[in-house]
Amino acid sequence: MEKFQKLTGIAAPMPLVNIDTDMIIPKIFLKSIQRSGFGKNLFDEMRYNRDGTEIADFVLNKPQYRSAEILVAGDNFGCGSSREHAPWAIADFGIKCVVSTSFADIFFNNCFKNGILPVVLPQEQVDILMADAEKGENARMTVDLEAQEITTSDGEVIKFDVDAHRKHCLLEGLDDIGQTMQKAASIDAFEAKASAARPWV
Amino acid sequence: MSPKTLYDKIWDAHVAHEAEDGTCLLYIDRHLVHEVTSPQAFEGLRMTGRKVRAPEKTIAVPDHNVPTTLDRANPETMTPESRIQVDALDKNAKEFGVHYYPVSDVRQGIVHIVGPEQGWTLPGMTVVCGDSHTATHGAFGALAHGIGTSEVEHVLATQTLIQKKSKNMKVEITGKLNPGVTAKDITLAVIGETGTAGGTGYVIEYTGDAIRSLSMEGRMTVCNMAIEGGARAGLIAPDETTFEYVKGRPHAPKGAQFEQALEYWKTLFTDEGAEFDKVITLKGEDIQPVVTWGTSPEDVLPISGVVPAPEDFEGGKIEAARRSIEYMGLTPGQKLTDIEIDTVFIGSCTNGRIEDLRAVADVVKGKKIKDGMRAMIVPGSGLVRAQAEEEGLAEIFKDAGFEWRMAGCSMCLAMNPDQLSEGERCAATSNRNFEGRQGYKGRTHLVSPAMAAAAALTGKLTDIRDLI
Repeated sequence: MEKFQKLTGIAAPMPLVNIDTDMIIPKIFLKSIQRSGFGKNLFDEMRYNRDGTEIADFVLNKPQYRSAEILVAGDNFGCGSSREHAPWAIADFGIKCVVSTSFADIFFNNCFKNGILPVVLPQEQVDILMADAEKGENARMTVDLEAQEITTSDGEVIKFDVDAHRKHCLLEGLDDIGQTMQKAASIDAFEAKASAARPWV
Repeated sequence: MSPKTLYDKIWDAHVAHEAEDGTCLLYIDRHLVHEVTSPQAFEGLRMTGRKVRAPEKTIAVPDHNVPTTLDRANPETMTPESRIQVDALDKNAKEFGVHYYPVSDVRQGIVHIVGPEQGWTLPGMTVVCGDSHTATHGAFGALAHGIGTSEVEHVLATQTLIQKKSKNMKVEITGKLNPGVTAKDITLAVIGETGTAGGTGYVIEYTGDAIRSLSMEGRMTVCNMAIEGGARAGLIAPDETTFEYVKGRPHAPKGAQFEQALEYWKTLFTDEGAEFDKVITLKGEDIQPVVTWGTSPEDVLPISGVVPAPEDFEGGKIEAARRSIEYMGLTPGQKLTDIEIDTVFIGSCTNGRIEDLRAVADVVKGKKIKDGMRAMIVPGSGLVRAQAEEEGLAEIFKDAGFEWRMAGCSMCLAMNPDQLSEGERCAATSNRNFEGRQGYKGRTHLVSPAMAAAAALTGKLTDIRDLI
């Protein structure tokens, strides 16, 4: 997995609440059996007309946000299906960090498996970052995972919380499966104990 | 020992390893797999030379892409992209040696219907699947939730998941339901109360007399939509209804082992005095038949209501409501029962079980659907289809003018040929009314099976209580 350490980039504002995974990547693009190539269809129905032309006023089509690396979004971002194609599309587009007041559980987990940092902040602080993002391409934010802080283009510093284990994995780009396999003895022992206690499982 | 919730008990029984910071390896008893969220996971195993750790606990079935027309044995009924995914599952299931129900098998169907039907899902288990509606299996008192593809690969390789424990939430539905009110109305009414993020960070346990009196089918409908309320999982403590349902299923324990299991299953309840972090209580008698008006499952109103105005809401929801009303082509103040529909979809992992089909048959028996209405009934599995035919339901549906389909996810998510066209408006028994969910620019109103049947007859969203 790609590491996430420190990022300075353009933030795009998407204040709409309840942005669901069908909006992030519509189901017609879930038919690939690859993990890559979803970025061009990120937010497809909001981003393109039916004939494939761009919808000019969609945020990521505006010249100042086309190379955004941070997304500042409305509440309950990523609700809906478990499709990991949603974070794959976000990462493939080039966005590495999403900020919101809350995320849907499965989407939130999926981000960490793909080198994306989801940051949960109170409404007032999301409002500050949303306002900063609305300034456009000259307003670059810095997200520092090690220090757990976001610095706005005005130099305002906002601290955030992140789970220590997940932080470590993102900073180092660690592969979960490899780490779990190191605990194979614990899994073997559990399996033996559980199959004695609940042989019908 | 301090009192525990049902969730605490199942969790504690599955922790294979706990790190100092509370990060756990949770052992997974059943891993269900479908064709959309698994190809990249199997490919990951292949690239790293890993095996499936417990193929005997892994069950694969194609459902999202499969056509539901009677001629689906003809591969031409699938798009090339869909066929690649279904073929990939076929290849992966055989190569890695997991249990598998191909499209040609009468037991094939929606993964969340097949699992319980075959007795794979049992009380006290941990069940995961790369699909958010895995919450369905919570109806058995199993801890069941959706996972992403990276986690699918993790479970395939290690039979565990890296997890931190969620908080406990209790949703109590007291008393009795009035006639015309169903499990679907309960679960939508709860989401209307809590919002789609109200359950975020929690595992919900549904309790109360109204829940206890539901059949297993109804309980599965309730738990299925726990995810729509943002919860990681929904649970209902197992009882005689559960044990009766499980007994005799192909993969349920038999004989002395059943008795041993039963003894354990009877310990699966929330202890007196156990604490919940959040409690919601609704009176069963207060719940009315409901319908969604917008593009989020929290946009729920009793069928007797009217389309709201954006200014009825606060904060970010004002803009979301404005967008929903425009997308749905509605007018604030419009009576919900004045909304005309052109399509009815009955099926999905929410409402594609035999009891749902019986409820539909009760409403439409001897009647005809409205002229010009496109109405389809898609059983949740091949066995549900067979049972409905045996009970004479299929004839009732066909006589009334419904299309009687083969099993699959169908129009719930439109990854297959069953889709809404632009501007079409559907009364659907499925679980999501998101923009484009049932087809590009399609409009979805979520309802119970009985309400969907009523709408098929009248051509409008209809209060089922007017027909009973």
